[in-house]
Amino acid sequence: MINISDSATKLNSLNRRMFILAAAKIIILGGIVSRLFFLQVKENKKYLTLSDKNRIREWKLPPIRGEFQDYFGNIIAGNFEAYQLHIIPEEVEDFRYVIYRVKELLNLSEKQFKKILKKKNEIKPWETLIVADNLNWEKFSKINNHLYDLNGVKPVISISRDYPYKENFTHVLGYVSQANENDILTNDSVKDKFVPGLKVGKTGLERSFENRLIGSNSVERYEVNAYGRRISQLAFQKGDQGETIKLTIDTKIQELTNELLREKAGSICVMDIYTGAIVAMNSSPSFDPNSFVFGISQDEWQLIRNNPMKPLVNKSLSGNYSPGSTIKPIVALSALENEIISPDFTVQCKGHKNPLELYGQTYHCWKKEGHGFVNLREAMKQSCDTYFYEVARRLGVDRLSVTAKKFGLGKKVFKDIFDNEKSGLVPNTEWKKNALGRNWVLGETIITGIGQGFIQTTPIQLCLMTAQIANGGYKIYPKIVANDDNQYADKFMQLYKKSRNIKIVQDAMFSSTNEVRGTSYRSRLDDPKYRFAGKTGTSQVKKITERDRELDLKTFEIPYEERDHALYVAFGPYNNPRYALSIIIEHGGSGGTVAAPLAKELFKMIIDRHEIRKNYDNKKYLDI
Amino acid sequence: MYQYTRFNNKNSFFQKFGNLDYILLSCLLILGFISLATMYSTDGGEVLFHTRSHFIKFVVFFAMMLVISFINIKFWFSLGYLSYAVILGMLIWTINFGITASGSKRWIDLYFLNLQPSELMKIFIILCLAKYFHRMKSQHVNSFYAICFSLIIIFVPMSLVIIQPDLGTSLLIAVSGIVVLWFAGLNHKYFFYSCLLSIISLPIIISFLKPYQKLRVLTFLNPDRDPLGAGYQIIQSKIAVGSGGITGKGFLKGTQSYLEFLPEKHTDFIFTLYSEEFGFIGSVLLLLIYSIIIYRVIRIGALSRSYFAKLFCYSFGTSIFIYIVINMSMVLGLLPIVGSPLPIMSYGGSSMLATMIGFGIVLSAKTHSQQSIA
Repeated sequence: MINISDSATKLNSLNRRMFILAAAKIIILGGIVSRLFFLQVKENKKYLTLSDKNRIREWKLPPIRGEFQDYFGNIIAGNFEAYQLHIIPEEVEDFRYVIYRVKELLNLSEKQFKKILKKKNEIKPWETLIVADNLNWEKFSKINNHLYDLNGVKPVISISRDYPYKENFTHVLGYVSQANENDILTNDSVKDKFVPGLKVGKTGLERSFENRLIGSNSVERYEVNAYGRRISQLAFQKGDQGETIKLTIDTKIQELTNELLREKAGSICVMDIYTGAIVAMNSSPSFDPNSFVFGISQDEWQLIRNNPMKPLVNKSLSGNYSPGSTIKPIVALSALENEIISPDFTVQCKGHKNPLELYGQTYHCWKKEGHGFVNLREAMKQSCDTYFYEVARRLGVDRLSVTAKKFGLGKKVFKDIFDNEKSGLVPNTEWKKNALGRNWVLGETIITGIGQGFIQTTPIQLCLMTAQIANGGYKIYPKIVANDDNQYADKFMQLYKKSRNIKIVQDAMFSSTNEVRGTSYRSRLDDPKYRFAGKTGTSQVKKITERDRELDLKTFEIPYEERDHALYVAFGPYNNPRYALSIIIEHGGSGGTVAAPLAKELFKMIIDRHEIRKNYDNKKYLDI
Repeated sequence: MYQYTRFNNKNSFFQKFGNLDYILLSCLLILGFISLATMYSTDGGEVLFHTRSHFIKFVVFFAMMLVISFINIKFWFSLGYLSYAVILGMLIWTINFGITASGSKRWIDLYFLNLQPSELMKIFIILCLAKYFHRMKSQHVNSFYAICFSLIIIFVPMSLVIIQPDLGTSLLIAVSGIVVLWFAGLNHKYFFYSCLLSIISLPIIISFLKPYQKLRVLTFLNPDRDPLGAGYQIIQSKIAVGSGGITGKGFLKGTQSYLEFLPEKHTDFIFTLYSEEFGFIGSVLLLLIYSIIIYRVIRIGALSRSYFAKLFCYSFGTSIFIYIVINMSMVLGLLPIVGSPLPIMSYGGSSMLATMIGFGIVLSAKTHSQQSIA
């Protein structure tokens, strides 16, 4: 059996060890308490924040986009209330029944229906499923009438983009559509404010002014559980609507341009020659931007994309055209300024039988019979090519290009407002050497004199050029946003050496429109109030061969792609100029017969509307 | 001496009743009440399954504890090896016929209760080893034979639990066994050397761990490594405890648990919820109650006449202390996550049963404190 002394040693050892452990326990317990103190008292703030971060989640709602207004405050891109149908799947007792019922009521096609079912499988059951994003009133009220057996279906009114003037402003404003990955990556503001279903500008001003238009999100704050399900709403913070942007465009004139360009491919630009305000700028054909807001159908998109008249191209800004004879005022002005010729300088135009010949190349005037002896004024009036061949030959391309650039050709008119604007091209000897690596040849100078060859201009550049001739030769900066008060140091800078030269060119342009044998004589307006001066242009799309010359076909007999572009630049009223315009009809034929008649109708309205515009500025005239 | 023993054997029922440790009992009742309130909170402020079940288990096992306490400590001493063998059998049975849940076989179906034998083993290994060392002469304690035998007693259940797999519980079983060895008087140097050895072999052990266990260790070292995956539990638990502050968010107002951010809130992470709702003050109060319980258990051991009772009480008290410390350290981000329940607070029948049996034997030692065991 156990002996007493052994038992005592054992007990001794046991108690001693218990004592050691008890001390250790107290230390460990102290450690636990201090850890609790550290977490709950010292770091309490940090963990409280983390806990709030856990349980509080914010939902951003799409911001309300700013509006576009025309010069008179009419909304040209606004917002409307779209009728939508939302379903939260988990709130619906019998999803299959409800969704089939909705399908029946809305007459959804199989394809649309499958898309909805697919979308339903992608989202969480407590997230909103958008069944229809833009219902018409009829269907919307039909749904509302059947709500009693559509448990869980929510008819919702949401704000969406609306373009009341449909295709009229498409090329200026662009359009909005669902933001895609690229939009988010390239624009931080979009990234910031992104919510599913956010619509952003894809082209035009909608895209350029995205940051000003987008507005700020409304925010809903919810308490959520670990799975992200909303438990209760804590707060609602209303966002601001985006900025309203007012343009200089007059809707009435814009609508007229649209009317004039119907069924044609081309562009019309109208500009105030003193302020540079764009009164109208249209490119045809256009399309209805409203169809992009909720996503365009594939068929409709293909129709727009494959149209040979290219509705997606904004021809006013990105159409590069040979200016044709519309360059002649600049050629004349350059020659006068450089004192190459005097207004009395005369050249004989002998017609097709005796064309100008140079190094084995022949250069024909457009008129078969020839113009005979012509001076500067006659040559401009009748648009004699032979005269300008000779002037160009004497002037040289380098001096011509200096003047052309001074008047706004060859560079972008709007600095960076439109990302699709092209800069055109004003060639000179140095450019050719650098770009093509070959030397300039004299023949190229000669055809540049009638606006053919390398030279390329956009319609808005031609309009600016005309405006600066019309205002007496002063530099202006075109603008399309009404309260754009960018100050330019060289605004109204004198572009000429002798103001007499400008007068001579203006007068020559006047004769072209208002005197017998003028190329646009038939389009004149006799009333001095409306009288305008202009210059026609016909730009060749392909080189005219001897055979073509012999055939001498009428425009409608030539295949569409090979027909000439018809151009016209003008300013008016002649006595007290105020507006300049440029018209181009792609493959329209001759400028005198196709483009100039449009100017006649336009000037009537432009000058009538001028009074209203002036009064609106003085706040006398508020109701349009 | 013989007469004295006889006299004590004839302890009447009422004498035993008077001999119960009422401070310990009331502390246990308070703890039971707190655990029920916390369970009520995990059910979202309603009496649902967990609350009801926990209540029933607490009441039944508390009553069972009282019954155990009236049975002579000699009886429990005599049961030492047999109970160990029975639990060992259960563990083997578990491996073959156990119920599988979340990837491990831990339970056996007893029709009225799913029993987790590994939890019981945490107590009965103490009983077994206490009996083994009770008879041993002090000079034999450090003999090769004794050490080998006691290590086998520890290793067999431990390995049976590891293959379930349940690393946490098997470690706790080992800890319980080692605690007994310590009190039995095993030389300090063995503990020192084995500590050293385990530190050295730690990298090798880690390479044998299962991927999810490795992940837990890595996560413990840096919880932000994978905040939504492996680190989620520990991060959310720290947030819950930390956001509780001094006075807590208030009963039933713990957002972390109410909004379901807390994992395992009924079982291993019950302290997190309690601490979030009752704050630093409540947590310290809970620790105080546990401390009183452990103090009373050790005091009973100190007052006991028999070496077996002393050894059992000391070891049981220390084991309970270690379970509490491990659970809290894990919840507070001081230790890697190992599955270890908080005694009495955590939901779980087997753990409650084992703990109550332990307290029952301790109380039996109290009521029979004058009993010596031959």
